[in-house]
Amino acid sequence: MKVSAIITLKKDVLDPQGKVIHQTLDGMGFKGVNEVRQGKYFEIDVKENDPKKAQKIVEDMCNKLLANLVIENYKIIEIQ
Amino acid sequence: MKSAVITFPGSNCDRDMHVALTKFGFKNQMVWHNDNELPKTDLVVLPGGFSYGDYLRCGSMASKSKIMQSVINFAKSGGLVMGICNGFQILVESGLVPGVLLRNKYLEFICKNIFVKIDNKDNPYFKNLDKEVFELHIAHNEGNYFCSNDQLKEIQDNNQVAIYYCNDNGKTEEKFNPNGSLNNIAGIFNKEKNVLGMMPHPERMIDKSLSGEDGSLFFKNLLNNIK
Amino acid sequence: MEVNEKIALDHGLKKGEYKKICDLLKRVPNFTELGIFSAMWNEHCSYKSSRLHLKNLPTSGKKVIQGPGENAGVIDIEDGDAIVFKIESHNHPSFIEPYQGAATGVGGIMRDVFTMGARPIANLNSIHFGSSQHKKTKNLLRGVVHGIGGYGNCMGVPTIAGQTSFDSSYNGNILVNAMTLGLVKKNKIFYSKAAGLNKPVIYVGSKTGRDGIHGASMASASFDEKIEEKKPTVQVGDPFTEKLLLEACLELMAGDSIIAIQDMGAAGLTSSSIEMASKGNLGIELNLNKVPCRESKMTPYEIMLSESQERMLIVLENGKEDLAKKIFDKWDLDFAVIGKTTNTKNIELYYDEKQVASIPINTLVENSPMYDRKWKKTKLPKKNLIKKEQFKKFKIKEVLNKILSNPNVCSKEWIWQQYDHTVMGDTIQKPGGDSGVVRVHGTDKAVAATVDSSAIYCWAHPLTGGKQVVCESWRNLISVGATPIAITNCLNFGSPEKEENMGEFVECVQGIGEASEYLKFPVVSGNVSFYNQTKEIGIKPTPSIGGVGLIKNYKQMITMDFKEINNLVLVIGKTEGNLDQSLFARNILNEKNGPPPEINLFNEKNNGETVLQLIKGNLVRSAHDVSIGGIITAVSKMCIKGNIGIEFDKPKYFMSEIEYLFSEDQGRYVIEIEPKNLKKVESILNKNSVHFDKLGKITDKNMIINGKTKVTIDELRSYNTNWLKKYMST
Repeated sequence: MKVSAIITLKKDVLDPQGKVIHQTLDGMGFKGVNEVRQGKYFEIDVKENDPKKAQKIVEDMCNKLLANLVIENYKIIEIQ
Repeated sequence: MKSAVITFPGSNCDRDMHVALTKFGFKNQMVWHNDNELPKTDLVVLPGGFSYGDYLRCGSMASKSKIMQSVINFAKSGGLVMGICNGFQILVESGLVPGVLLRNKYLEFICKNIFVKIDNKDNPYFKNLDKEVFELHIAHNEGNYFCSNDQLKEIQDNNQVAIYYCNDNGKTEEKFNPNGSLNNIAGIFNKEKNVLGMMPHPERMIDKSLSGEDGSLFFKNLLNNIK
Repeated sequence: MEVNEKIALDHGLKKGEYKKICDLLKRVPNFTELGIFSAMWNEHCSYKSSRLHLKNLPTSGKKVIQGPGENAGVIDIEDGDAIVFKIESHNHPSFIEPYQGAATGVGGIMRDVFTMGARPIANLNSIHFGSSQHKKTKNLLRGVVHGIGGYGNCMGVPTIAGQTSFDSSYNGNILVNAMTLGLVKKNKIFYSKAAGLNKPVIYVGSKTGRDGIHGASMASASFDEKIEEKKPTVQVGDPFTEKLLLEACLELMAGDSIIAIQDMGAAGLTSSSIEMASKGNLGIELNLNKVPCRESKMTPYEIMLSESQERMLIVLENGKEDLAKKIFDKWDLDFAVIGKTTNTKNIELYYDEKQVASIPINTLVENSPMYDRKWKKTKLPKKNLIKKEQFKKFKIKEVLNKILSNPNVCSKEWIWQQYDHTVMGDTIQKPGGDSGVVRVHGTDKAVAATVDSSAIYCWAHPLTGGKQVVCESWRNLISVGATPIAITNCLNFGSPEKEENMGEFVECVQGIGEASEYLKFPVVSGNVSFYNQTKEIGIKPTPSIGGVGLIKNYKQMITMDFKEINNLVLVIGKTEGNLDQSLFARNILNEKNGPPPEINLFNEKNNGETVLQLIKGNLVRSAHDVSIGGIITAVSKMCIKGNIGIEFDKPKYFMSEIEYLFSEDQGRYVIEIEPKNLKKVESILNKNSVHFDKLGKITDKNMIINGKTKVTIDELRSYNTNWLKKYMST
């Protein structure tokens, strides 16, 4: 199954990239942006047909490698 | 001869470039990224550094800054524009030279001396140089040049490769490639060869007390070619 | 929220300290005030366990412009130029999140330096990891190196030297010490002492978020159920903003608007505002609604204790606000007038038009606790009786292979190649030498800097170890031809509440003091990091010493690579053959007891000054000090770097070859001289009563030690360079 996960910085953790992208967008004329937060997106194809088990496997990956839980959160957004 | 070095927020080789240009006789001006117009100049340099922190993609946000429109117009009208390291990344992002610069193959920042071979001297930068292999210095995290096969063919057909990574004898083998660049490409021109982007820093090689002196040859020659 | 003793204890205060606070205030502090006390009275800000001992360090001298007590120390390098420098630890954050911990450590120390008006011109670091076999070591090393590079490279400041060691005592407590040197004109140094009433207090830099608010606040249960989201987070570094902050501050400093400036480091707004007011003997009033915040609904407590990075507090001259704002606007940085200086001698905080804290500043600073902790003296261990017969079983070449590839000796190129060490165009000695050297831009002068520590010696006998580290720093400067000027120290120890660890601290400091006094090599800045321990076990005592010296004409700088065939090689200083605590004894003989090599300060000074005299007389072609691994290790590195060999003379010493080659006796240097200068050199050495041995002659491609032992330079190089690369690529 293909599992998609996004990893974002925890709320309250400074996102230097998001901040600068925000300023640049502003400068380019995209007014009215409140905030930009940048994250990572993963698509992982696992050899597993049970969606629940597939989700579990990818969650495990997030916990152990993909996300740095000191500063990041993850969310499984799609399983297909 | 006049030159202009653009300072973007996060540029950090702007002073070094100013020192080098001035040392070899250019009358150099520093230009702020937020200015609208370039001053009258014979050469524009986009210096190395971490413009906008290298955030999003290296060079991406600097390529959108105010002064870049004027730089692009200058280049389109045949003016000499040279981008070193982060400046090369900005050139790529602004479409003045083809391709992209990816993260180094081994995912590490590399700071060391390397050798490059000049492929073709039929351009205002290398014309009249009496040497093919130069020792220069690299310091980057994203210098891994890449482009599509079609683009590569076009680049080669037009003789747009400026320099290749090589060894001290000019051998351009994969083992002398520090960052995984396609075909050992270290620098390229636009089609017209008035715009040059390259990863190595000639401005760090202008004094024998530093890493070496091959950069001096480059600057002296450039000045003579512009005269 | 009502404050009580339990909440105070949760903030890390002791019962007696809480009582003292109530007594000083003559009331119970409110929650915000308690937070401020806990921050100001913790070990990091108050130096409560170390102050008593640190005050014995020599801190003044002819070249000292500013000693400890400011953001960094300042020394005079003549012609109106000065060097600002300091070293600081970021150990605990780096263990939790190595990339960000190391990055913000580098960012913090650079801020300390440019706060004083100096442009940073060089970074150094001293990093210590657990055993290479420990499962966490590789990732921690990689994270720390990437973090240091990530921040320093982006700032455009070259990282010119460093030190990396591995020892199992750091398994649960790595050390990350970062040092920065800055260049400033003597008459443009900025200090943190506020002056004048009703002067505007300005906040500049990044916005304030909930970064690094200390753990105790979270335990105090005042927050909503989403504790996970509010967990005290590691500070995230933003080197790009710091680069802008550097340029903006230097631009403002070029004028005459600033009265006082202080960076917001540990305990952020709290310590910066209080330090400026305290030094100026003033009060300060802040309106916390004016502080630029990243998150909504931050409480006064959070605003005062946030450790968000890349922020500064400035006391401006009246009427200069617009001019200053224009500069910070240009660099896209936040700028806000958040308060003013007052004559109340209190810190007064307002939020939503209500006073939320009012504390006499002297209670936070002068009345902060100071402890005379109990400590235990370390006896000098007895010498080992190493049986010489066993030396016969060793083949020099095999031992040399083991020593050169030892993690603490091997080449650290894998690390320093990831640091931009050439940006700014003035690096004339790159990492891997005895000291890093940068030119003073646009002059003939150059500044040399080195960072050193010897935890093994300090652990074996702290008093000797403390002296040794200072001496090693001094030797590393002299080896490149620099006149040593002053040092900064980063004192990494276990818990001061344990007598053994406190004893290690007290005696190391005593040793540092004795050596720096004798060598006229004063301590101008520094930092103490206690509680580097896991469970009950502290790290080996690890004072890191950052030394700075001056080369008047950079063309006289010396490097360690052997230069020319047929030149002669001398060992300066006497070899006694003491193997105790040497790498040979510990790693080859597996003998971990015994005293560290003895320090003779008279010889140290005399030998060093004589070598410097030879260098200044243009009589030395290459030089390297003898340290860990002994003479043969020093000579091997000189061969590798010069890509030429050496043939040793027939030994004339009264000891075994092993003792001569591998002992770590102090005060020694290896130098290369031209044969035609031998007489001249000998006469200077004799005149100064400096012991020396003729070691051999430089030859083609081999190191020939005796009839039996011949090692090619390529072999030496592969012994020395392969270990770390291999380790990091598997």
